[in-house]
Amino acid sequence: MRRYYERVVEGLVFASGMASIIFVILIFVFLLKEGLMLFREFSVIKFLLGKHWYPISEPPQFGTLPLILGSLWVTLGATAISVPLGIACAIFIGEIASGWLREVLKAGVELLAAIPSIVLGFIGLVTLVPLVKNMFGLSTGLTAFSGSVMLAFMAMPTIVSIMEDALNLVPKTYREGSIAMGATKWQTIRRIILPSAASGIIAAVMLGFGRVIGETMAVMMITGNAAVIPKSIFQPVRTMTATIAAEMGETVQGSDHYFALFAVAILLFVITFAVNFLADWFLHRKKAR
Amino acid sequence: MVEGKIEIRGLNFYYGTFQALQDVTLRIREREITAIIGPSGCGKSTLLRCLNRMNDLIKGARIEGSVKIDGEDIYGSSVDLIRLRKKVGMVFQRPNPFPISIFDNIAYGPAIHHLASKQALPDIVERSLRAVGLWDELKDRLSGSALMLSGEQQQRLCIARLIAVEPEILLMDEPCSALDPVATAKIEKLMLELKCRYTIVIVTHNMQQAARVSDWAAYLYLGKLIEFGETKMLFTTPKKRETEDYITGRFG
Repeated sequence: MRRYYERVVEGLVFASGMASIIFVILIFVFLLKEGLMLFREFSVIKFLLGKHWYPISEPPQFGTLPLILGSLWVTLGATAISVPLGIACAIFIGEIASGWLREVLKAGVELLAAIPSIVLGFIGLVTLVPLVKNMFGLSTGLTAFSGSVMLAFMAMPTIVSIMEDALNLVPKTYREGSIAMGATKWQTIRRIILPSAASGIIAAVMLGFGRVIGETMAVMMITGNAAVIPKSIFQPVRTMTATIAAEMGETVQGSDHYFALFAVAILLFVITFAVNFLADWFLHRKKAR
Repeated sequence: MVEGKIEIRGLNFYYGTFQALQDVTLRIREREITAIIGPSGCGKSTLLRCLNRMNDLIKGARIEGSVKIDGEDIYGSSVDLIRLRKKVGMVFQRPNPFPISIFDNIAYGPAIHHLASKQALPDIVERSLRAVGLWDELKDRLSGSALMLSGEQQQRLCIARLIAVEPEILLMDEPCSALDPVATAKIEKLMLELKCRYTIVIVTHNMQQAARVSDWAAYLYLGKLIEFGETKMLFTTPKKRETEDYITGRFG
């Protein structure tokens, strides 16, 4: 009886463990099944490099280049803003602040992570968008830049917490060794601690990047949603995620447009998967050493 | 009386309410090796860390009494910690080379203290590695990671790293406790070679080691200095009963 019970529990635990993998595989298979249908009639090259996204024209054009560039502009902008801030913040929390200040800051960063993205998007829409418009004298504040700033806030918690972990993993003996040689705190951080934590820092940046590129609601609200190839960061853009969210409701199931959106989803999946894989590789390399 | 290189007078040290050192008075002579021995937790490392003010990093630590190096009170208000730690180098229990190249490990000190131009660095690296007998082994792989070296080589590298900033005093906190006997013997030989240029203070719980390398020995027990004298005397004719019990292995 007891052995029977053990078996059942073991089986359940195994099944739950496998479930997560199976779900991922199922999702991927479903994406592939739906997305690849597009390429029966539309060429992959045109899909990846086409400059026009006119899904309801006749004949329709499913060039994703504007969407890919839109996502890239917004994501790179957000990364450029959040990485230096995140590094500085993680260094301050991990190495400089102490006692209550440190606890308050850590709680603050976690709280930032807990804000729903739609709330951030809304706040961005009413505060940031007019600000960007006036500050740079633009015809509209709904630009890639506004999206980048907003997304930088969303990437910060990920970047800061993972980076802080990476800094914590640097052995205390390195700090001691450096301080005992007469190095200042800043010299120790810059020359010893940051290089030692490099792979963790890169992983943090990658994961922040992954978090940002997959974000949908906030970017849809404040980037202007114009599916054209952006010439500067101060133009409206439309990201891959926003395209799917905005158009999915209006397509006929089984139409080319419907398949095209799934193909965009595959593209997004591949990009985030690659970024996460790289981040993992960097983290793993750290452990192996 | 000749002044010592380091003069410790009436030193009390507290971790919060716990008193780790009680009224320690000790004279450490220039260019000789002084060993601090005693059982675990007796305050050996604490005493050593008072000499380069590494205890400053510990919260709630408090110190009374005075420590003078070359006649200057290192706990005085005008003391420059960076200069102090350049002059008083420290070797740790576990070798702790930085996770960068061998070359950069040694160049680190001169760089942070602005001792040399970039062009002069290779010379300093060579000189420092020669001083610890690592040059021939490592000259072809200076750009390799310091973490690839053996424990003994790492510990030598840590000593070379200090020598590069031309210190006067070397503090060694159980420098061989993570090493095997052969490596230990080599490090001890190195210490004897370095003695002619540096004042060395070594903390060890290995009494044979203290007997082999040191000129002077201090026996510390529960934060009190029980006996201090020439190593030869301390190990052959200790004046105090407690010291005798410890060095003969009846206790500790």
